[in-house]
Amino acid sequence: MGKFALTKNRIVSLAILVVILVFLALLPTITKGYLVTLVADMMRYAVLTVAWVVFCAPTGYLSLATAAFYGLGFYVAAVFNGPLPFAVVIIIAGVVAFIVALLIGLLTLRLRGVYFTIFTFAVVLLVNNVVLEVERLVTGTRGRFVETETAQTAFYAMLVVLIATLLTAVLIRRSRYGLALQSIGEYEEAAAHSGINVVMTKVLVFATTSVFMGMAGAIIATRRTYIDPGIAFNMTTSFLPVLMAMFGGMGNLVGPVIGAAVFTYIGETLLTRFPDLYMLIFGVVLILAILFMPAGILGLGQQLWRKVKGGRRAPA
Amino acid sequence: MHLLEGKGVTKYFGGLAAVSGVDFYVDKGEILGLIGPNGAGKTTLFNAISAALKPTRGKIFFKGRDITPLPAYRICRLGIARTFQTVKIFPHVPVIRNVMVGALFGTGHRLSAREALKKAEEVLEFVDLTDYKDVPAGDLTLANQKRLEVARALATDPELLLLDELMAGLTPTEVAEASGDIQQLRQRGITIIMIEHVMQAIMSVSDRIIVLDYGKKIAEGTPQEVAANEKVIEVYLGEECDVAS
Ligand SMILES: Nc1ncnc2c1ncn2[C@@H]1O[C@H](COP(=O)(O)OP(=O)(O)OP(=O)(O)O)[C@@H](O)[C@H]1O
Ligand SMILES: [Mg+2]
Repeated sequence: MGKFALTKNRIVSLAILVVILVFLALLPTITKGYLVTLVADMMRYAVLTVAWVVFCAPTGYLSLATAAFYGLGFYVAAVFNGPLPFAVVIIIAGVVAFIVALLIGLLTLRLRGVYFTIFTFAVVLLVNNVVLEVERLVTGTRGRFVETETAQTAFYAMLVVLIATLLTAVLIRRSRYGLALQSIGEYEEAAAHSGINVVMTKVLVFATTSVFMGMAGAIIATRRTYIDPGIAFNMTTSFLPVLMAMFGGMGNLVGPVIGAAVFTYIGETLLTRFPDLYMLIFGVVLILAILFMPAGILGLGQQLWRKVKGGRRAPA
Repeated sequence: MHLLEGKGVTKYFGGLAAVSGVDFYVDKGEILGLIGPNGAGKTTLFNAISAALKPTRGKIFFKGRDITPLPAYRICRLGIARTFQTVKIFPHVPVIRNVMVGALFGTGHRLSAREALKKAEEVLEFVDLTDYKDVPAGDLTLANQKRLEVARALATDPELLLLDELMAGLTPTEVAEASGDIQQLRQRGITIIMIEHVMQAIMSVSDRIIVLDYGKKIAEGTPQEVAANEKVIEVYLGEECDVAS
């Protein structure tokens, strides 16, 4: 089928990707300041958004459970970082997220549409409250302290997780499971009658993508000294990836990454320059983006590009 | 042993018995017609066979094996494929990939992407959709969407094919074509159960016909026997006079 044939476009994209990766790998050696934190933050949201898109975009199942897996990552870091090496902690966070996502998936993925969304929302509240109660019984306090890592370590860890997320995303989308997810999204009943094990496909992919959400949480937690359930399971973590995916476009994986990066940048800039008006301006920008860029930034870019190319070709 | 056999198949929707104690069978190589007025329970019976829904009572056996508790995807992989009365395709997916879904997931053994593509191209050729293979399925005409459903079902390598009103809404020429295709499928060794309101087509194609009315089997036999059956004539009188023609 020539699936991996090196077309000109593919060579260009690969070259761009390599340049970006080299730039990212070198960044902490060039500067130590704010930029490292900002880019790490962009990568965090890129991980969450790409992981979210892999399952939710083709299937149309809008999950708001991201904060649950992310927050569990926080707690894994709080409990294990220090006693165990950071890399091991990140892996444990992924495993915990996977197992919890399997359970949640088995419970919720039989639901459809808005019921699924509401249930995943409720799951975050549930996990939040369970952790709160357990903490009260075990530690007798609300929060915990986390063994910190340097900004540089967190940066590289996030870079590795981002690469793993993107690789997994590409593999899933290219494989037969990519087609299965799309079929499920387009007509679940027909998918089942064409031989797709709908429940297992959904649950496994949902759990797999949750791994990266948990890992991102574990990394970010080590940049804070103190966490509590309110911080770990903040609903914003569930909403932002959805908005970023819409903002960037979901047709391919570049869109969500760009969406996450630009959105994070705009958010940070607004927050530092106009702390009072932050939410208001952010809201307006978002509404405008959704109204005027239905296919996201990437869609807008492609549209402009076609116009430019078409304009050149059109005879005068 | 029959290829497929249903014993006392019953399905209630609330208080309504959509299918009620129906015994049926189909033998290998047969074309079985399933007819009856609107709401008689024909589609519900297909749904029970293909596990789109669980029968309230009764059991269904495929090659002697009780398949009643199996989920839809397992039934498909065992060799029972179906089409839908209201087409259920993947509208934004190209035609060829619609069919590849069947080949990749529905055959019961693992095909490579290359083999699945080959198989998909083959069945598209059979239903005469090769020219449209890269078009999003939703852009096809209704008649072509129905062919696509047949292609997707065929790609799963079925032994038994359930066709739910394949000919509804087709022109007389298309009906004739479809009848020819069905005969050809039988020659390939595929057993067929077809629901149809187009009497002339079902009478000429079927080896045997089962008539449902209000969820009950009211007649069974060769097309000639069924057409001459008093109860059948009564049920169809005033509704469709096609039976006699
Ligand atoms: N999912 C459902 N829930 C409730 N009632 C249903 C359901 N499906 C079918 N019915 C009812 O069951 C009865 C049989 O319906 P079914 O679709 O099997 O009829 P049919 O013989 O296929 O009719 P038609 O020729 O119109 O397609 C009808 O009264 C229908 O309203
Ligand atoms: Mg029907």
